[in-house]
Amino acid sequence: MKQKLVIIGNGMAPGRMLEELFEQAPGLYDVVIFNAEPRVNYDRIMLSPVLSGEKLYEDIVIHGDDWYARNGVTLHKGAKVTGIDRVAKTVTSAAGISAAYDKLVIATGSLPFIIPVPGHDLPGVLAYRDLDDVEKMLDATKRGGRAIVIGAGLLGLEAAYGLKRQGMDVTVIHINPTIMDRQLDPPAAYLLEKALTDRGIEIITKANTKCVLGTEKVEGIELDDGRIIEGTTVIMAVGIRPAAQIAKDAGIAVNRGIVVDDGMMTSDASIFALGECAEHRGICYGLVAPLYESAKTLADRLIGGASEYKGSVVNTKLKVTGINLFSAGDFAEGEDREEIVLRDATAGVYKRLVLKDNRIVGAVLYGETADGAWFFDMIKRGTDISEMRDTLIFGQAYQGGSPLDPTAAVAALPDDAEICGCNGVCKSKIVGTINAKGLTSLDDVRAHTKASASCGSCTGLVEQLMVLTLGDSYNPAAVQPMCKCTELGHDDVRRLIVAKGLKTIPAVMQELEWKTSCGCAKCRPALNYYLVCDWPDEYADDYQSRFINERVHANIQKDGTYSVVPRMWGGVTNAGELRAIADVVDKFEIPMVKVTGGQRIDLLGIHKEDLPAVWADLGKAGFVSGQAYAKGLRTVKTCVGTDWCRFGTQDSTGFGIRLEKFMWGSWTPAKLKLAVSGCPRNCAEATCKDIGVICVDSGYEIHFAGAAGLDIKGTEVLGLVATEDEALEHIVALAQMYREQGRYLERIYKWAKRVGLDEIRRQIMGDAEKRKGYFDRFVFSQKFAQVDPWSERVSGKDKHEFKPMAVVGMAEAAE
Amino acid sequence: METNWPDENWVEIGDIHDIPVRGARCVKTPQGRIAVFRTAEDHVYAMEDRCPHKGGPLSQGIVHGTSVTCPLHNMVISLETGRALGADEGEVRTVAVRNRDGMLSIALDSLMLMVAAE
Repeated sequence: MKQKLVIIGNGMAPGRMLEELFEQAPGLYDVVIFNAEPRVNYDRIMLSPVLSGEKLYEDIVIHGDDWYARNGVTLHKGAKVTGIDRVAKTVTSAAGISAAYDKLVIATGSLPFIIPVPGHDLPGVLAYRDLDDVEKMLDATKRGGRAIVIGAGLLGLEAAYGLKRQGMDVTVIHINPTIMDRQLDPPAAYLLEKALTDRGIEIITKANTKCVLGTEKVEGIELDDGRIIEGTTVIMAVGIRPAAQIAKDAGIAVNRGIVVDDGMMTSDASIFALGECAEHRGICYGLVAPLYESAKTLADRLIGGASEYKGSVVNTKLKVTGINLFSAGDFAEGEDREEIVLRDATAGVYKRLVLKDNRIVGAVLYGETADGAWFFDMIKRGTDISEMRDTLIFGQAYQGGSPLDPTAAVAALPDDAEICGCNGVCKSKIVGTINAKGLTSLDDVRAHTKASASCGSCTGLVEQLMVLTLGDSYNPAAVQPMCKCTELGHDDVRRLIVAKGLKTIPAVMQELEWKTSCGCAKCRPALNYYLVCDWPDEYADDYQSRFINERVHANIQKDGTYSVVPRMWGGVTNAGELRAIADVVDKFEIPMVKVTGGQRIDLLGIHKEDLPAVWADLGKAGFVSGQAYAKGLRTVKTCVGTDWCRFGTQDSTGFGIRLEKFMWGSWTPAKLKLAVSGCPRNCAEATCKDIGVICVDSGYEIHFAGAAGLDIKGTEVLGLVATEDEALEHIVALAQMYREQGRYLERIYKWAKRVGLDEIRRQIMGDAEKRKGYFDRFVFSQKFAQVDPWSERVSGKDKHEFKPMAVVGMAEAAE
Repeated sequence: METNWPDENWVEIGDIHDIPVRGARCVKTPQGRIAVFRTAEDHVYAMEDRCPHKGGPLSQGIVHGTSVTCPLHNMVISLETGRALGADEGEVRTVAVRNRDGMLSIALDSLMLMVAAE
């Protein structure tokens, strides 16, 4: 029988421990997790970017629900464990769920320390520890006013920056004379304080909070010296303490944290402690890197190994956009210590190395942190630096003669140099994995090695390793910028449009620091699409940012004439429609009439000036634009289905028409072509379409991500549904998911490859709530999108487009 | 763009507001179609409506900064010089434009002279 492993807590440390465990000994344990938070494992280091609006919760999830399912883990969400019975070997939650264990891991993390001053329990006093806290803070930003952050440590300053970015006034109160005094020496702290003040954050040091003011809710704070600071929200970020009560109650040895040995074992041989709740050799760690190291040890122990955790040297980076700060080791002054300092006031650079016995014991870098990893590596190794002492402070590039380029610097690092501090990934692991698995993209390297997958600050180093390993075949730009107007990629732009509530093209360009005054022909149509998609009711379509075809609702041809394709719903037409088309062809002397691959009729060679008149005549016969020019819904190709075909299993024609009537007018990242086949003989060729349906006796098999253009690719199966209504809902939801995530001009098959078929299936087939959300957003957007552009222009819209501005110097007869 | 052409050479073509901002309109002339562009900063430029690459109608392109991207194959043309930007080569003949309080005129002679000089 499998052994039972129970874990109390679902943070990053146990998450990492389980990854190691499943990799090395899959199936060894039945795993049950109790998580006091009502959610999956997410990246707590990235809470600050969520607070500042630079990331969303979805972006920072480490293990989605599918991960737990795949590994057979039972995850009790929102289940706080209230008792451990060491004799019966069971744990019990507040709601009465209990689980028996052979091995128990306590990973309860830490609790924010709330200073017990009067008023600390008023509504509006918040901590900064988990996503709930972030959500409360984001709520507070909606009310506006001033936020008072108590504590200018790492978390306090990141909170202050996030709240400022969200539009609040912010004052930071710190008890000591300089900020971040556990990580920074006073000169670096001064530079940081100045940079934060420049960003509009007020900082008051040597300030001790006497009480929180207010009766019903927070109104401000009073300091010891009598100063009063008014504010609507108080964030206490003065520190954390290990959450060890549950262990204490169970009679396990607890000092500050739960005491563990080098094998992460507590005083009970069946019980281990991991993460911020544990105390190892007298130290409670609060940063992710040491926790991941100890997680590795614990995983090995659970498998029966004998590895030992010996403690960690830690380093810190502050995640405030635009501020580069690195600190590591111990930098207190002492008689036996020497220091090397470099300052460049103009460039805002400060570097200080603390030496002891010719070895670096501490490093503080401000403004220029590229050498952080190199110094940190030498601290951990205790490298003797006497040989390079003269040039040490200038960094790795200046060792041994001429300056090295960054790639050469990375090449010079030893194989076991740590590249990713968060995940403890060394150089040889990254290089080895790239070679062994043939990885070519940063995302792949992140997926396979975890390097740069947490805080991301080592991304540059990882990329240099990729350049080193792959040579010129790797394009080092982590993200392909949208165009030359910005460094940002499509995904970042899309995310920031939503996160920052940007609703016009000028707002996007201003806030995202576009390098050109009004963009270019690449980014403007993309931005216009993103804004149309994200703010269907509020955004006013920017006509001048659309490609000519979408501006004049026809397809430009090589000679400057246009082609016109009226909609033929599901490819079905009749004598009246055909007669009207014939009349239009005669009247306007249209030189070519062509049947398209999408089951409709193309009229080619129409002069631009004639377009409105052509549309007017077609409109009288009931035609609307076929949007054959649009990055949007094009055609829904059908076969004759049960109406006529002796093999038909469902009404494929009727369903195709229904889909087309439901979805026409919607804009998508690239063109979207659908087809519905009435049986698996597939006469509508649905299996090479963007979205296709194969009708079968038992229902509707939904396909997607096919291609039959530059690339040829059969579709993938999304899933089978029983009824036409369900098929419609699933297809529409899929289209909306693509609309929201696709990069402009990215066809659905490329998007699907990037996002992952399983993820798409999970959201559309497996998550009814998500599917409903997508569906509803599509329907909402259609309220604004389903306007026939031809009839609008027949009624006079954009008149200027179809007439010359002037005719000069020509005799009347020439007209 | 105001040049030394005598007054009688200027032909009025309409008001600046007849052209969309970051857009273009056409003027038909005996020498062919002229594209008249209006930038985001309300500068006005005119040139032949023919891309030097494959003759695409530049007036139908997207206007950005002081450039236009041809709708056929994305060649980018400087509105100031008429020259292709980036790695492309080619040049469009520009036409002098005068803007007096929003009333636009083009100097047709400037184009005719260029034709004559060929």
